[in-house]
Amino acid sequence: MMDAHREVYRVEAAELLAELEISLLELEERPGDPELVGRVFRALHTIKGSGAMFGFDAIAAFTHELEGVFDGVREGRVSVTPELIGVTLAARDHIQTLLRAVEGGGDSETAAAGAGILERLRATVAVSADPAAPERRASQPAAAALPDEPASEEAATYRIRFEPARDIFLSGVNPIPLFQELAALGHFNLIAHLDRIPPLGGFNPEECYTYWDAVLTTAVAENAIRDVFIFVEDRARVSIQRVASPAEGTRLRVGELLVERGDVAPGEVEKHLGARPRTGELLVQAGLVSPDKVEAAVLEQRHLDEIRQKRRTVETAATLRVPAAKVDGLVNVVGELVTVQARLSGYSLAAGGDEIVFIAEEVERLTELLRETVMSIRMMPIGETFSRYKRLVRDLSAELGKKAELTTEGNETELDKTVIEQLNDPLVHLIRNAIDHGLESPERRLAAGKPAVGKIHLSAKHAGAFVAIQVSDDGAGLDREAIRARAIERGLIAPGATLGEREIDALILAPGFSTAKQVTEVSGRGVGMDVVQRSLDALRGTLAVASTPGQGTTVTLRIPLTLAIIDGLLVEVGGNIFVMPLASISECIELARNRAERRGRETLLAVRGELVPYVILRECFSISGEPPPIEHVIVAETSTGKFGFVVDRVIGDHHTVIKKLGNLYRHIDELSGATILGDGRVALILDPDKLAGSVVRERQGAHGALRRPA
Amino acid sequence: MGKIIMTVDDSASIRQVVRFALRGAGYEVIEAVDGQDALARLAAPLHLVITDLNMPRMDGIDLIRSLRSMAAYKYVPVIMLTTESQESRKQAGKAAGATAWIVKPFTPQQLIAVVKKVLG
Repeated sequence: MMDAHREVYRVEAAELLAELEISLLELEERPGDPELVGRVFRALHTIKGSGAMFGFDAIAAFTHELEGVFDGVREGRVSVTPELIGVTLAARDHIQTLLRAVEGGGDSETAAAGAGILERLRATVAVSADPAAPERRASQPAAAALPDEPASEEAATYRIRFEPARDIFLSGVNPIPLFQELAALGHFNLIAHLDRIPPLGGFNPEECYTYWDAVLTTAVAENAIRDVFIFVEDRARVSIQRVASPAEGTRLRVGELLVERGDVAPGEVEKHLGARPRTGELLVQAGLVSPDKVEAAVLEQRHLDEIRQKRRTVETAATLRVPAAKVDGLVNVVGELVTVQARLSGYSLAAGGDEIVFIAEEVERLTELLRETVMSIRMMPIGETFSRYKRLVRDLSAELGKKAELTTEGNETELDKTVIEQLNDPLVHLIRNAIDHGLESPERRLAAGKPAVGKIHLSAKHAGAFVAIQVSDDGAGLDREAIRARAIERGLIAPGATLGEREIDALILAPGFSTAKQVTEVSGRGVGMDVVQRSLDALRGTLAVASTPGQGTTVTLRIPLTLAIIDGLLVEVGGNIFVMPLASISECIELARNRAERRGRETLLAVRGELVPYVILRECFSISGEPPPIEHVIVAETSTGKFGFVVDRVIGDHHTVIKKLGNLYRHIDELSGATILGDGRVALILDPDKLAGSVVRERQGAHGALRRPA
Repeated sequence: MGKIIMTVDDSASIRQVVRFALRGAGYEVIEAVDGQDALARLAAPLHLVITDLNMPRMDGIDLIRSLRSMAAYKYVPVIMLTTESQESRKQAGKAAGATAWIVKPFTPQQLIAVVKKVLG
């Protein structure tokens, strides 16, 4: 591939040299023409810049000085003389010689000739020896910013305050990737300060009023943290402060943290202590500090607690073996408790009275804590499972006469234990497929210019309340023609059907599908991806395939973190209450009827410049009655992209204990279960993914067999 | 699916390297040979612009200024390609509203790292 680039460079440089010659000759006649000077400079600049990119180091080094001289000409520091033109023409010829030399380097004779030309150039200019003395600034930001494997160094905790300038958006900066980058460095917590946002009247949506406080515990050096902000350092105030390690000190109180963070003067805390309410609340009441600042201090306190907790777990590593059934029982009880607690909260608010509200809030807090703790008991890192596949890959590749190497990523990602167990079969299947169908034989790989040893990459990472697990190979990619032919043979699609690439890829998920030309020991016995799909359905997960011809295939599994309790959003349609999983919801907006346009039977809505299809649940579920004047659209991320669901009203969030629906409902994919609300009513839990899928299918049915290109 | 990136450079070889690297990482690439060409090729969704600074007809700095004055591209991140000898040009680019920069020569890996850093 690099050779192809080098060839393009050779051709380009030859053209530039020809142009340079013409420009130089014209410049000799019209020495003052800035346009000509610019042309000469740009030609040299490109020859140099691109030369360095493609390994023509001698050319780059040689041209560097010439470029510097003409930069001087451009800025009026150097004047154009016939001597200068002469020596530059000689230099041009020299570059041509270098370009023709086999490896762009040439022998010592050419090098000497080059040095001679540069000598003459310096003598001609004699203004400044090296006008383009490069300021060697921090070499390449990108390289430094790459998060290395955590060093063996001791982890340290930093508090980071990021205060962007008001006009930061005007330089195209999006702060979110910065935080993602920080989060990748270690244990990370973030809080946004909103206290500088002016009242609506004075609010300019193009300005950034928010600033952030973060706490990061990481083993990387402080410079690596600074590097994250390298592109914004002159458009934002970034302060990075090292916090005493949790092990070195005892647990600091919020008040002490506020003082240490410089948000409150040292004496003030003591003055207000001794009273009953919490320090933070007191200081806020006294107007000494904004609620945000207290929250940030609390966040830091919690962060330090988490780190301490982690360390403690590592130190003691004492484990208790408990039968899984006991834990499952506990989860069930907690589920019931969550329901009762919701009822209590509802009742206390309706009944009024400080005492009962106070008790209800306390119960809510404890229930939440209990829920998290119980859920964490069931969580296990997926790495143990991953490491088992090393052997599998080794054995399978030997059996199939292929060479494969397994790499893993995100071993520390935690998942519900039962989920991990149920993932084993699908993962084994996917790895088999990757080696058997994905990777080519070593000979074919070499012929395609790839290393003989194929790569199988297993990765796991958190994405909201989901974990995304990917199995990728760097093989030949899916053979779309073969898939198509096979699908027609099996009667899955009509012979003349027009399908997009993604739709063809999705065909391999169909029951009984296999394109293997010969049945091998390992896979291709007619048991295909549908088995994987079925195991995932049981886990309420989704499956997606992406493939690039010649570069490989990636299968992504999205699996909910846990099966028992989810965070849901309560919505109302005509008096009926439904729950949508909060994890898949990206935003809620009001439905302004005039913005929606009907296109055939597909209803589209413009959300931030993007057209999002939506469905009116009232119509979809045949709920009678008049919709309210203003409806709401819940925009969810589904496997078919963003999709909107129109509801009457959004009620709020709700810890949803999932109850299975009876056998009667087991064919209704669009419902993932039901839950009991605080007031004892039952709400159905919608599966946005399946619901969007069936709406899309229905609409396409109405359109006939033709689909819009994906 | 893939985010759309425009690469603006008068050097065909640089454009080719940028295109190869970006396509390999799953991005869609639009190419333009200079600032004017880039403005002519602007199409609705554009997630990132990678531009050289020295180009005929319209240079990278004027391109950045033009983009920043258009409502649709005001906030599109722009990565400029600079060289070590161009500190003053880099400053001018930053002042015009460039989001990030890459110092030539760069490797495809460095390019992708910066793109990911900016696009998240």
